[in-house]
Amino acid sequence: MNTPELQPQTSAMSMYRAIVGIGAMCALVIVVVFQSTAARIRDNQERFLAAAISEVLPVTEETIAVDVGENGQLEKTSASLPLPVFLAYGSNGDLVGAVLTAEGMGYQDNIRVLYAYSFEKQAIVGFKILDSKETPGLGDRVEIEPHFIANFEALDARLNSSGDSLNNAIVTVKQGEKTDPWQIDGITGATITSEALGNILNDSANGWLPILERDAISIDREATP
Amino acid sequence: MASKEVTSTDEFVKGLWRDNPVFVQVLGMCPALAVSNTAMNALAMGLATTFVLLMSGLSVSLLRGFIPREARIVCYICIIATFVTSVDYLIMALSLELHRALGAFIALIVVNCLILGRAEAFASKNKPGRALLDGLGMGVGFTVALLFIGVVREILGSGSIFGFAVFPDSFQTWTVMVLPSGGFFAMALWLLIVNRIKKKEAETEKAEATA
Repeated sequence: MNTPELQPQTSAMSMYRAIVGIGAMCALVIVVVFQSTAARIRDNQERFLAAAISEVLPVTEETIAVDVGENGQLEKTSASLPLPVFLAYGSNGDLVGAVLTAEGMGYQDNIRVLYAYSFEKQAIVGFKILDSKETPGLGDRVEIEPHFIANFEALDARLNSSGDSLNNAIVTVKQGEKTDPWQIDGITGATITSEALGNILNDSANGWLPILERDAISIDREATP
Repeated sequence: MASKEVTSTDEFVKGLWRDNPVFVQVLGMCPALAVSNTAMNALAMGLATTFVLLMSGLSVSLLRGFIPREARIVCYICIIATFVTSVDYLIMALSLELHRALGAFIALIVVNCLILGRAEAFASKNKPGRALLDGLGMGVGFTVALLFIGVVREILGSGSIFGFAVFPDSFQTWTVMVLPSGGFFAMALWLLIVNRIKKKEAETEKAEATA
């Protein structure tokens, strides 16, 4: 009768040594790669955001990051925020608008957007999707469909008489059924994504625009944060 | 019977055609179908996978005397995950747009069975030079296969190649080709063609051997 050939058992110490040794080497490689690419990644992120700001509000010459302080007032900040908000200034130093990042759940995952608000027009005048994993060919049409992009040339975002919320909620309507300037003309076949974008903008604008309208003009852009 | 000696060229060339990872071994189907909706995404995923194949093959081969048989899988996965994390950082440093396009699939290279398969079946039993050639051949074969699928899907699904329009604006794009199901259609088309050619080759070889 043939008996199966038994392979010699590896000692626990050898396995421990191999796993810990390889783990340590892998950790070292990751740290080296992270350290050597971190500056370049940060530069790329800053360049990407700066290009996106110029795209949504082309008149921008300079921006300053702002946040709401402990006293509830808008103030200049140098902190790296997850959803930064910027005040945008034109070539003659005038406040031309605000550029805001906002985030919310789409069909597949979170969608992160950048939009521009004009104080003069009291409207959202530019929009760009920064990050999205929506379905290719369906949900991702919100980035390329001309009639959808046209919604954000002048999307009404005026505040109510007391200035504490939007006068009209930003809502997405079915494709071709837009009747009011605060409505977003949706996309058939990308219903959930276009409605999600309406909700993201509405929530962000409701939270930020009353503060920006109240305090933005009093911000000293030369001040040290 | 004396077996035919395997040359270095054979190690490289086998991944391109005879043992192509996508069209013959049918490995790594998740990225092959999911990220091949455009030629650029297919090329980027192919190059990222090639880098991980090369580096993990080299590392596994160099450490093959150090890794015990019982702990080999956990060690291979650890090595592969390290190079996937590295390639993730490198792509972010290279282009955020590209990183955005490849989405979650860069991280999923860790579980691409092609890479673990080559580490287990080849790199752990061969010298570093041969492991590198095998990784390079398999990587190039994988990249070319993804490009073939990606080109078909982009032409029909978006009317372009590498973003350059190849049809007039009046062309009605086939949206289904950029959806996941389009990956299966393109894959089936290429498998049909590759298998047809391989069958012809086998028949010719058989006829020559008989003669």
